[in-house]
Amino acid sequence: MRRHGWPTRVWHWINLAAVTVMLMSGLMIFNAHPRLYWGEYGSNAREYSDPAWLDLTGLSGRTAFPGWATIPTDYSLADARLWHLAFAWVLALAFTAYLLWLLIGGRARRDLTPSRSELAPGHLLSDIAQHARLRFPKGAAALRYNVLQKLAYFAVLFVLLPGVIMTGLTMSPGLNAAWPLLLDLFGGRQSARSLHFLFAGGLVVFFVVHVAMVVLAGPFNEVRSMITGWYRLPRERGEEA
Amino acid sequence: MRDDSGLSRRRLLGLAAAGTGGLLLGGCDQLNRSPGFRSLLEGAEGLTMRSQRLLMGDALAREYGAADISPAFKANGSLGVTDAAYRAHLAQGFAGWALRVDGLVRQPLLLPLAALKGLPQRTQITRHDCVEGWSAIGKWQGPQLAAVLARAGLLPEARYAVFHCADVLGGAPYYESIDLIDAFHPQTILAWRMNDAPLTERHGAPLRLRVERQLGYKHAKFVMRIELRAALAGLYKGNGGFWEDRSGYAWYAGI
Repeated sequence: MRRHGWPTRVWHWINLAAVTVMLMSGLMIFNAHPRLYWGEYGSNAREYSDPAWLDLTGLSGRTAFPGWATIPTDYSLADARLWHLAFAWVLALAFTAYLLWLLIGGRARRDLTPSRSELAPGHLLSDIAQHARLRFPKGAAALRYNVLQKLAYFAVLFVLLPGVIMTGLTMSPGLNAAWPLLLDLFGGRQSARSLHFLFAGGLVVFFVVHVAMVVLAGPFNEVRSMITGWYRLPRERGEEA
Repeated sequence: MRDDSGLSRRRLLGLAAAGTGGLLLGGCDQLNRSPGFRSLLEGAEGLTMRSQRLLMGDALAREYGAADISPAFKANGSLGVTDAAYRAHLAQGFAGWALRVDGLVRQPLLLPLAALKGLPQRTQITRHDCVEGWSAIGKWQGPQLAAVLARAGLLPEARYAVFHCADVLGGAPYYESIDLIDAFHPQTILAWRMNDAPLTERHGAPLRLRVERQLGYKHAKFVMRIELRAALAGLYKGNGGFWEDRSGYAWYAGI
């Protein structure tokens, strides 16, 4: 069976590469000042009276994130910014193109928006229970996204990715001058920086669950379907080979 | 037929997974050292600058109210100057000190601090964003750079204003540069007053550049001399600023 259209497959892998680089270079940038604040300002929780709500100093050695998690490995804010601000273009342009494809073709509505009946508490609970027992949809039902998948992909496409891009732009003093509304939207520059970190954290959580689900559902079949589009339907229970 | 291609796909997937892992473990550092890859990344830097310039036009940075001023304003980079002449001026409140304006100008100037205070003043409460990630809000006062440059009169070849500073960091003198778009922006001022008091040494006395739509390292402290130039090449390492030369920070720091 064909499952994923080529725009989905191309975007998926470009996005994986871009998000990985953004995350790792972003952790290096975070290491330059491993504290987060709410509002417009915030500089140094210990020395000054503008307390951070999160201080990760000392999480790894004298800094927050270890070298294996950062780009580059050794401390360089300048190099991390060089990577981050270049791959930001890849992330934002690929995402914008994919989002337009989803919206214009009506695919976001058809494939990703949960129906009212899917969102009914009974249906949600039974889907959660089935997933918790690692019983995934079989047969033709596996071709469509179930409600938990829809909610997860909906969150990535309409909350986490737009959120991480917009809060990133809000940290730019240049774009603050161009679009001051950004500052009001996120409640100030340091709030935008905090939310940027939280949206990125949301993407990491999605990544971990997503990869776990792929492994549990049959990694070869799943990964092949995201590369070639070809997907072998899981057999119905009791059906013999 | 399908099984054959399935096998080769299986190998392909294995190779792709191994390749991705290898790239993540060491490839990024290798790419980071590759001049070709770096110049690709630096190409994106140019795109970033042009896009920002296109979007912002001559828009002003947000100005805040007095109630928004942050309780503390972190001082970063050089917190003082060891140069003996500077220390003598500091002890006398910069009464005998003068800012030098030279290079590609019709009339080189020596502007005493009193003359700078005598020019029309601009006061602005703005947010200072350090490249490291923190922010502080402060009130700044001083003449617009445009007024100082108008007095000196630019020669047609002038493209950049370079700020030579009194502080030395890691053995190299601090300097910064902006182009004429930012030099003539109304919020670009030579601040001698911060939060209603003369600039302290930690914050760059006697004079600090404010270039409000860029990050903190562009806001040169301890400004002694403004040089108008046609190009940044030939000045120190040629990248237009201390951090640009030393670490490879972007010359245009709008994000």
